[in-house]
Order: sequence, then structure tokens, then C-alpha cells
Amino acid sequence: MAPLTQNGQAPTGRRGPTAPPPILEASGLVKHFGGKRMLLKRSPLVRAVNGISMSVKEGETLAVVGESGCGKSTLGRLLIRLLEPSAGDVIYRGRNLGNLTPDELRRLRGELQIIFQDPFASLNPRMSVSDIVSEPIWLKGGSSRGERRDKVVEILRTVGLRPDMASRYPHEFSGGQRQRIGVARALASDPRLILGDEPVSALDVSIQAQIVNLLEELKERLKLTLIIVAHDLAVIRHMSDRVAVMYLGEVVELATTDTLYDAPLHPYTQALFAAIPQASAVARHSIKPLDGDVPSPTNPPSGCKFHTRCPHAKPLCNEARPQLEAVEGGRRVACHFWREIAAAGSDPRPIARPSARLEKRLALYTACQAGRAELLSHRSSTPTAKDQTC
Amino acid sequence: MTETAAARAGKVAPRTDADAPARPETVKIPEIGPTDEPLPEKRHRAVGKFLANRAAIVGGVVVAVFVLLAVFAPLIAPYDPLQTSFLAIRKAPSLAHFFGTDELGRDIFSRMAYGARASLLAGVVSVAIAAVIGVPFGLFAGFFGGWVDMVVSRVADAMLSIPFLILAIALAAFLGPTLTNAMIAIGISQTPIFARLARAQTLAVKAEDYVEGAEAIGLPNRWIVARYVFPNVLPPLIVQATLTIATAIIAEASLSFLGLGQQPPDPSWGSMLNTAKNFMGQAPWMSIFPGAAIFLLVLGFNLLGDGLRDALDPRES
Repeated sequence: MAPLTQNGQAPTGRRGPTAPPPILEASGLVKHFGGKRMLLKRSPLVRAVNGISMSVKEGETLAVVGESGCGKSTLGRLLIRLLEPSAGDVIYRGRNLGNLTPDELRRLRGELQIIFQDPFASLNPRMSVSDIVSEPIWLKGGSSRGERRDKVVEILRTVGLRPDMASRYPHEFSGGQRQRIGVARALASDPRLILGDEPVSALDVSIQAQIVNLLEELKERLKLTLIIVAHDLAVIRHMSDRVAVMYLGEVVELATTDTLYDAPLHPYTQALFAAIPQASAVARHSIKPLDGDVPSPTNPPSGCKFHTRCPHAKPLCNEARPQLEAVEGGRRVACHFWREIAAAGSDPRPIARPSARLEKRLALYTACQAGRAELLSHRSSTPTAKDQTC
Repeated sequence: MTETAAARAGKVAPRTDADAPARPETVKIPEIGPTDEPLPEKRHRAVGKFLANRAAIVGGVVVAVFVLLAVFAPLIAPYDPLQTSFLAIRKAPSLAHFFGTDELGRDIFSRMAYGARASLLAGVVSVAIAAVIGVPFGLFAGFFGGWVDMVVSRVADAMLSIPFLILAIALAAFLGPTLTNAMIAIGISQTPIFARLARAQTLAVKAEDYVEGAEAIGLPNRWIVARYVFPNVLPPLIVQATLTIATAIIAEASLSFLGLGQQPPDPSWGSMLNTAKNFMGQAPWMSIFPGAAIFLLVLGFNLLGDGLRDALDPRES
């Protein structure tokens, strides 16, 4: 992994940020669950989201990543106001969602949609596909039955479902098809922003690809903004423009995807990426996993919440909570010592020395591969026979 | 690798690992039809499961026979159930009187046929009362929670803490001894069962993603309850209603037996048993046939309810 260069990495590729205005802005978002007075004692207070400020740019794909229970789904639901924050504000296109009347909020809801993780729980089993998809259109009013039917047909086509399936019920579909219906349902209310709450993690790997491609295509075509909550780092790398890494209710690092994957600054991000399995014999590391478990959000550690597991922790980390400070290139990191860690070489993982025998075999393999490539390049016709083994 | 396989791999391969340099371009997704493998049809499966359950079929047939008996009582009954005859007092079963006659010479078979009306009516009407009151309270309490839930749940608990028959007797005695009042009393005393079941089911359904999805499109709460919650809590309520009809039939018979339900001379299985108990030795047919009718009808409803529960249970595949 490359150490951080002085200027950081230039924003690469077609997804480079062009500084559009933020569509959604969160400031100081806090969500606590429980803590209510029961008969004799209080129920434990769970600090699911603990003071998060961030903005979502119009037209981008923002990924929120973290371990199970780190509050990423809660954050997503706070952002689209499916949950009411305990404190903090969400500004959507200049309007504070917390100040809207219930009626105004209801009318605005269509613009902020959600796609769920489990396609088997996200569709009402008692409604047909056409009912499910036409309901948001009906809710907006001003459409005749025929218009709604046409719109449903159009939306089903858009998500790659045959319109003649509209009269069927959800249980007649496979998981991937049901997820498409879920996408269709979200699209039916003309959203500007869609929250994907682990939209593909419950699906078969081959189906995951279809849904990911579908979401990307829809985003381009309908000028959507996507927030993807996920834990699959490969899916995130593929889909997102920026990534927010969460740990125990806080954002520890926020950066464009490529810079983050190339040079993670926060020790937690580094540990997270070190856990990606490497499918290459040469680039394999011996992984030194993090010790211990995620601390309980009912009783989070003091100071930096990661200090209990951080390999670089120092006394300061125990005392002061690091702020999410801006680094160059719009990236932000919440660590007292990110500079020191970056300077010491961002990769703390020791690279295992391959044994002599393995090296010998690898050399043979490489040579063989080279020889085969040469052989193939000389061949003019398409290779019809089975691959030659070395 | 064949051509098509290579094309497919290029199309659907977004799972790049960290080393992969490029992200594959998004590709237009072709429309897909239904999957090749046939998917189970849930509704048909429920019907099939019910029909495969022999006990449930027997229960359904028993219930159907009694319903026919009650509906067509004037056609089926050979005598007027109220007509007394001093020439035929306490006659044993014979061809003239299938089930014998009672202490006033009335035909027991005819009285049983008309008595089936009282029993079925009491069963169905009281359960309808209980469901109509209990289910909305349960839905409301479960969906909105908070103090509404507190009040509804505590009242339901308080009512359930009183033994069912005692409560029904107290209410029937308070309202006055008629069949209508007995049905109201039974209905009210069964209400908390429906309220609690509806509340528990609502809590379960409310946690489903599709309810959150309905919130996300801005659907008003009344529509969420009507279109999302209610249809999904209905199956267990239907099962409960079937089983509660059986309980209500016994309750009506008990109240009539005690003189708090159907009043003489109108026939009811419970009041027939009440008079029959004085002639147990001399005329056992007076008690055997109404008793057997209660037993069979209650058994029928219980078998039917169990069959419905098994058929509608989504957990058992």
C-alpha cells in the first residue's frame, strides 16, 4: 500500500468530485435508544449514533461502512428521517427536516427513499406487485387508474422486470427479483436520494452484481444520489464516490473512495482493509487482526473510542475525543496521531516472508505464465481446446 | 471459456478485490422473466395443507352438518319443538321420536335442531362482538404504543384475571337472563383474548421492513394499519376466532344450564340438559343427545381451528 504523498492523491477517474452543492447535511446527529425509566431501574442507554456531522453531495454515491452494530443503519435512517434524532439536525435541500410539520414531512418523504437489506421482509406479502409499485404514485394523487398502470409498467421495465408479472405476489419471486421490486417501489415516488441499507448483502453473489449494476445505471439515468450502507468493502469500492468509515457510533474517516483505499489514515480503517482477503499469492500478508471485540455501545470507552483496540494508542487517546479534522483533498479523519502513523508507514502489518519452497514455485509459475502468454499471442484462431495446463 | 461465458463474466463482475485496477462499466440490465424453477404458491399450499389434514376435514364436516341442521331446522324437525303432548311423556327413542321425548312430551330431536340455532348463534355472534371490540383496540395499542398500549393492556389483563365463566355469569345476571344478553356477556368476556392477540401480532408486523417502507413513502398511519398491518395479522385472528367459537358454545350452554341464557320454553342444549338432569335415571336419552351435540359441535370447531392453524402457519413448510 502506497504511503501518503505530500499532495495526497489527485481525485481520479470519471467520478471526480465537481463540488456540487450538498443535497443533505447532517450536523451533530445523535441517536440514543433506551434509557427510559422502567419500574425500578433504567433500561440501558445505547448510544447508537454519537455526534455525526457530514454532508452528502448531490449526485454522489456515499458509502457508510463499519462493523455490525456500529450504528451505520441507524445513521442512514436518521439521514432520511425514518428515525427522529435525539439531537442534531438534518438539512435537506435547505430545509431542516426537524422543523417540518408531520404533513409537510409526509409530502417530502417520497424524495428520500430506502432499499432494504432483506428482500423477503421488505415487501408486503398481501399486496400484488402492481399494488406495491402503484401505491406511492396513488399517494401523490392526481393520477387516474390508467396512468398509474402505465407508470407501473414503465417502472417495472426500468428495473428489469417483465410488466406481465405485475399481478403476481411477492412470494412468487426469487430474492433478486424481489430486490428489484423493492427498487421499483422506491423509484415509484420519484426520489432524489435513495438509501440502500445493505442492499445486496442478503443476495447471492451473482445476483449482487445485477442489483449493483442496476443501482448504478438508475443513478446515472435518474440523477439520483445514493447512500449505501454496507460492510462489503468490494461492493463499496465498486459503487461509491466517497466512503465514511464508522466505529461505535462515530465517523472516524471520510474520504473519496480511491484515496481511502489507497492510503487509509485512521488505524481502524487500516485494520478494516487489512481484513480484506487477498486473492493473490504474491501480495498476501499475514494478517494481524484486531484484538478484542467492539466495545458495547451502552458503555463506550472514554476519549477515542478505538483506543481499546488501537495498536497505536497513547495516553492522550484515553482522555480526549479526537475531532474529525480536515485533511487535504476534502478528506477527514478523527485520530490524534494520524500524521505520525502515516509518517511511520501507513501499513503496520508485517509482510510474511514466503518460504524458499514457495518462492521457487512462484518463480516457476510466473515463468510458465509468461511462456503461455507468448504462446497465445502467436495463435491467430480462437482457442477452442481446453486450456493447456503448464 | 466460451464466448458467452466470457461475455457474462464481463457483465456481472463488480466484486473487484482491492488489487483490481479498473471498475467494470455498468451495463444495461436485460429484462428478466420469472425464474426457471417453479416457486411454491403459498396460498395454494395452505389450501392443500388443510385438505391433507383428515382431522380438519372431519371437523369441517361436523360443523357443516350442524350449520345445515340449524338453518333448515323447520324443514328437518318432524315436530314443533314447543308442542307438548301428555300422551308421549318421556318416551324412549323410537321411529316416531328419533331421540325420544322429554318430561312434557316434546320431541327431543326437534328441540335439538332448533337448539343448534341458539348454540351456533351464540358462538358466532359472541365471537363477532369480541373480535369487533378487541381487534381494533389491539391494533391501536400495538401500533401506537405509549400510554394507549398501557391502558389497553392493563384493562385486558384485569379482565383476563377474572375466570371467564364467572365474568360471563356476572354480566348475564347483571344484564338480565336472555339469549341476547348471554351472547353480549360471552362476547365481552372474550374481548381481551382478541385484543391481546391483535396487539402481539401488530407488534410483530410493525417491526417488518415493509411497514418502514410504507412510512418512507409517506403513507398516513391509518393506511399503514389498514393495508399493511391488518391483512398480516388476520390469519392468526381467524384461527383464534374458530377456536373461541367452541369456547363460546360451551359458555352459552353453561349459562342456559344455569338459567341465564335461553329461557324456557325456547330450546337450547344447555337448558335441555338442565331439565334432563332430574330424569337421569328414568330417561337418560334426555341428557345424552343434547350433551353429545355439544360435545360434537365443540370438537368440530376445535378440529377445524387446529387445521386452520396448521395450514396458515408460515413457519412450517
